[in-house]
Amino acid sequence: MSLRNKIIVAGVGESDIGKVPGMTGVGLNAQACKRALDDAGLTLKDVDGVLTAYTMTEPYFMLGTVVAEYLGIQPRYCASVAVGGGSPAVMLKHAAEAVLAGHCDTVLVCAGENRATGQSRDSAVAALTIVGHPYFENPYGPLIPGFYAMIARRYMHEFGTTREQMAAVAVNGRNHALRHPNAHMTKSITAEDVLNSKPIAEPLNILDCCLISDAAGAFVVTRADRAPDLANDPAYLLGIGEFHTHEHLIAAPSLTEFGCKQSGEAAYAMAGLGPRDVDFAQLYDCFTIVPIIEMEELGLAERGEGGERFLRGETAIEGSLPINTDGGLLSHAQAGAGGGIFGIVEATRQLRGDQGDRQVKKHDVALVHNEGGILSSNCTMLLGREAR
Amino acid sequence: MSGDLPAPLVNADSAPYWEGARDNKLLLQRCSDCGTLRFFPRYLCTACGSENTDWIEAAGRGTVHSFTVVHRAAFPEFQERTPYVVALIDLEEGPRMMTNIVGADALEVAIGDAVMVEFEDRGGDGAKVPQFRRA
Ligand SMILES: [Zn+2]
Repeated sequence: MSLRNKIIVAGVGESDIGKVPGMTGVGLNAQACKRALDDAGLTLKDVDGVLTAYTMTEPYFMLGTVVAEYLGIQPRYCASVAVGGGSPAVMLKHAAEAVLAGHCDTVLVCAGENRATGQSRDSAVAALTIVGHPYFENPYGPLIPGFYAMIARRYMHEFGTTREQMAAVAVNGRNHALRHPNAHMTKSITAEDVLNSKPIAEPLNILDCCLISDAAGAFVVTRADRAPDLANDPAYLLGIGEFHTHEHLIAAPSLTEFGCKQSGEAAYAMAGLGPRDVDFAQLYDCFTIVPIIEMEELGLAERGEGGERFLRGETAIEGSLPINTDGGLLSHAQAGAGGGIFGIVEATRQLRGDQGDRQVKKHDVALVHNEGGILSSNCTMLLGREAR
Repeated sequence: MSGDLPAPLVNADSAPYWEGARDNKLLLQRCSDCGTLRFFPRYLCTACGSENTDWIEAAGRGTVHSFTVVHRAAFPEFQERTPYVVALIDLEEGPRMMTNIVGADALEVAIGDAVMVEFEDRGGDGAKVPQFRRA
């Protein structure tokens, strides 16, 4: 089913971000939902569908209905999606399909957790091991940075990607976060800071790793013909695709080729667009190696040249291909399944063209990529300022 | 790496694998119909869908596909052993598995290094996990 031009992101919202000790995880989601509905000019009464992901900080099981119950609504379409960091983009796709199929009209999508203050730092780190294979990986004491470190090592070996290029990814995100009004990180960093920061799993240092934030994001999905009734300009869904190759690194078909390629090709095909049509991109950046790989897999750079584009500054807001203009997971926010949702929030805002001194110059077509697991579940979307 | 690290979790899919490890044998599942070797163990063949399975003993030789040196572990029993090496090994027979690289020269490991299996006591009741050292 082609979703092209038929569906819009009608409104977007972010909770307070950083250390937010006065709020629960589901409360942060409610705050983001309220802000997304306000942004759309809609209310909870307009919502008849709810999608969310999962939580590792609060003892809830059926999180979709937990969120609906907390908001006091009774949707006719509701579910929890668990494809890790890929969840927000996948939820947008599933919401769009549900709306087009007539199952509901207006889907509220949210994700995020109180990762920073809702649990101890050690238990937060321990929780991350659950992505590892319990029987055949975890006996060897890996953890998420370790899995990505093995990908980084192999990628460097095959394509010549360097630590300096990866450091440039972290600096690019931080520079953008400093210009964002609601980013977790507020202090500037240099490439030397990244290269000299504490080693976590070689070749990744602490500044190559995403944040642990209290944060939630939300967006509203509805039919494109409702655009005239909204409070703000929507983002039009031009194309979207997902692809899932494995969960555990031991079962990954390759350490250098991932499902981003297939998810991207599906998104481009639906939109009738190609990489050259992309004005700016929000790429999942749980670790500095990841947006480099995604750029190359998505055709935004030749193989082995993504890192160089970051190093040359082409990915800055003023550059030829701005990437992660909110600071990304590395510097804006990361909270469980919530990380990728901010890419959708930020793309929608930049497409509107009202972001002042941090506005990208060309803002007709945005690419957003989310991935979950160990580059396991991939979802790519193209959003447009207008239908096309 | 040593005996006070957690014992492997044994389940119905993997029981023969861990029984083999107790006898210092690295066992691989093989499809009885199409002969495809697979790792990790599971109920059916991912190549042909067959439910008929037997096990072979691997030679225990492999090559390092990638690795990391871990400095920050998730659990205290691993944190005590930092820095340690986690690696992906391509076995001579084909399948890829995760391991630690152990031995005095473990931290000097590189992609493409030849490695050889050995078995590490875990949990104190005879359970072992396969580990690899540079050959
Ligand atoms: Zn078979």
